[in-house]
Amino acid sequence: MIAQFGGSLMADGQTLRPDLAAIARNISPGTRVLDIGCGDGTLLSHLRDQSQVDARGMEIKSELVERCVTKGLSVVQGDADRDLSEYPDKAFDYTILSQTLQTAARPDHMLDQLLRVGREAFVSFPNFAQWRTRTALMFGGRMPVTRALPVSWFETDNIHHVTIADFRELIAQKGVAVEGCWFFSGGRAISPIGANWRAEFAVFKLSR
Amino acid sequence: MLSRATIAYETYGELADDKSNAILICHALTGDQYVGSTHPVTGKPGWWERMVGPGKPIDTDRFCVICANVIGSCMGSTGPANKADDGKIYGMRFPVLTIRDMVRGLVGLLDELGIEQLHSVVGGSMGGMQALSLAANFPDRAARVLAIATTARHSAQNIAFHEVGRQAIMADPNWRGGDYYADGATPDAGLAVARMAAHITYLSEAGLTDKFGRRLQDRDAKSFGFDADFQVESYLRYQGSGFTQRFDANSYLYITRAMDYFDLAEEHGGRLADAFSGHANNSGARFFLVSFDTDWLYPTAESRHIVHALNAAGAAVSFVELSAPYGHDSFLLEVPALDRAVRGFLDG
Repeated sequence: MIAQFGGSLMADGQTLRPDLAAIARNISPGTRVLDIGCGDGTLLSHLRDQSQVDARGMEIKSELVERCVTKGLSVVQGDADRDLSEYPDKAFDYTILSQTLQTAARPDHMLDQLLRVGREAFVSFPNFAQWRTRTALMFGGRMPVTRALPVSWFETDNIHHVTIADFRELIAQKGVAVEGCWFFSGGRAISPIGANWRAEFAVFKLSR
Repeated sequence: MLSRATIAYETYGELADDKSNAILICHALTGDQYVGSTHPVTGKPGWWERMVGPGKPIDTDRFCVICANVIGSCMGSTGPANKADDGKIYGMRFPVLTIRDMVRGLVGLLDELGIEQLHSVVGGSMGGMQALSLAANFPDRAARVLAIATTARHSAQNIAFHEVGRQAIMADPNWRGGDYYADGATPDAGLAVARMAAHITYLSEAGLTDKFGRRLQDRDAKSFGFDADFQVESYLRYQGSGFTQRFDANSYLYITRAMDYFDLAEEHGGRLADAFSGHANNSGARFFLVSFDTDWLYPTAESRHIVHALNAAGAAVSFVELSAPYGHDSFLLEVPALDRAVRGFLDG
């Protein structure tokens, strides 16, 4: 688990996590999708069953790949930092990177790959500038352990913490266009106003 | 050129009325059609009985499993030990064959059985090569392709090990240019050495160390001679001599040669993705590649190479590298994750 929402949003296994639901709502039926870090294939099977999407995945953990294969999904065990480069240009209508950008060796290179392999890309990440994180660091003086970032600094996979403002700056530098963005806190969508202060998670839809 | 060929095969389970539940299992270099039943020569269990049978991952209560001896082999299908049209045994007059020729034979069998499309084609090692070759050359004949511990081409190292085995056979004075069938003096010593060398490539170093270490065989001290002092030596000798009881030396030459010539990309203009062009855009078969982390014969990189080609072709492909201690032979041994993966893929 890279990061998690509080509460019981995944309680019945049928309800998509809100960031995944936002992504699913914005994917056109019948398209080709690559979900990078697809986990047990929850989003992919939803897209395949609800939107007739040609859904493919990449996942680093073999047990999760097995679970995807059992669901009839096409998922390749691989490391996005290394294996994304093997996919042809514009092989997919959409690439999805949910809660994984902050674990990449080079998030900037990962973004380039996402927009090379896909015509558009969805990227979601935990926002390090959310007020809980800020106050935990400010008053605690230690790396924050919050409901959005529940793992201690020494064992977290998150090696590149990022804020919404940082992310906007990076994509602006790269000349990447924002096609849409959604923000979440406490498991619910929130307005974009003051998102860098208020949002625990952000989802961006990008194109180049 | 063979004017005609016999294919020996076994089936397990009932074929559905609509013939939709047939699974073809392709065997490896020294395998045969007895995938799930007792071997008639050795009396040992079928070579994949842990995977194939009622309630097993390849469940013969649900699927009709077909397994055929490949052309060139020696368990009933036409091979160098059989008689040619002139009434004399082929020996080295048998045509050099390819993996694709073996697959043509298997497709001929499917035609004979009236099976237009397999539920799945499954194979490990050389069986995986056949599964991939079938998918490439007969893209409509299988809805699922499961290729385990395999490669799309033989590497220099693979060819080198095979050449050691062939030279051992041909150096045996009993080989006599392959014409050894008349008097019963067969090149067993050469074939046994070939098997011993090959057997090492099927195991991992850690597996060998774990199983034998430097332990001595039935003795308390080293003899400082050339007897089989070490358990690993005794084991290899046993493997080698046992093999000569059930396998024809010329078949070993022909089948290893077919594997060495295997290069699926070369057959399709040099680009592996083009071999799978019949599976583009989700209309073709579902592929599943499985490798093992300790397999140095056909390492994970070879499976990844196939996966990348399938991705480039737009085919529906899954891939997993499983952790198992037994090297290349892992696909035949107790690896629960493989059981789960195989069952899951066939059900999914």
